[in-house]
Amino acid sequence: MLDLDAGTYAAFVWPAFAISAGVLIWMVADSLASAARARAELKRLGEEGDAG
Amino acid sequence: MVSFLTNPRAFMVFSRIAAPVLGAATAGALLIGLWLGFAAPEDYQQGDSIRILFIHVPAAWVAMFSYLCLGVASLLSLVFRHALADAAARACAPLGAAFTALALVTGSFWGRPTWGTWWEWDGRMTSVLILLLLWIAYIALRSAIDDEARAARAGAILALVGLVNLPVIHFSVYWWNSLHQGSSTFRAEAGDRLPDVYLTPLLLMSLAYMGLFGALWLVRIRTEVRRRRIRVLTLRAAEG
Repeated sequence: MLDLDAGTYAAFVWPAFAISAGVLIWMVADSLASAARARAELKRLGEEGDAG
Repeated sequence: MVSFLTNPRAFMVFSRIAAPVLGAATAGALLIGLWLGFAAPEDYQQGDSIRILFIHVPAAWVAMFSYLCLGVASLLSLVFRHALADAAARACAPLGAAFTALALVTGSFWGRPTWGTWWEWDGRMTSVLILLLLWIAYIALRSAIDDEARAARAGAILALVGLVNLPVIHFSVYWWNSLHQGSSTFRAEAGDRLPDVYLTPLLLMSLAYMGLFGALWLVRIRTEVRRRRIRVLTLRAAEG
């Protein structure tokens, strides 16, 4: 079973996991949002598909 | 491999499939790694703080691996002047900086209960801090130069000079008297090696972090290729 009780170490374990989750989510969100913006801008300029 | 480096169109076709596949594999490895990490018993010395290693070590490995990727892309960009190699270098930087910052922060959260200190100016921690400063300097340098070709060249030279720091990070625990322990995974001696109950989630989490870096790097290179195309089209439109 999962052991989610970090006891006296909770003050170190959970902030480390929370910060990591926050940064990883930011990386994913920022990468996908930038990609979506670039795709939309290219479309606006009249270019579609994966033209390099 | 070479065709991807010389042909942005082939890269775009390849990465459109590779990025989501890698992303899905990453999600799977992350879920299983987290599950096994929290199912593992607490360590007899470190207690529950050992679970921080499942996110600290992968972040540190990816921080170094991503800088190696930056170095290789920069070398290819500098020698062959190829736009896709430079796009790869530029796209790598924010991810590498984030993983390096994570390695430092999670290391501090592990160090405080284990060593009794958040920070120590020893070889390993200082050289990883220098790695973070290199990432920040690379991003700042590229943003400070308007001419993209000059920015690429200057960035590539900085990145290549910074490669010297990678062996320093790796061997720092052997070269200097360090608070940070030596290897406890692949090259560790029998008594220093992590037991499988900890090694398995650590390796799965490392695969997940590596996969996440790979998937997001592909997405960001695609965005960089598009950004350059937008720039060309905008300039063309401005010229009439």
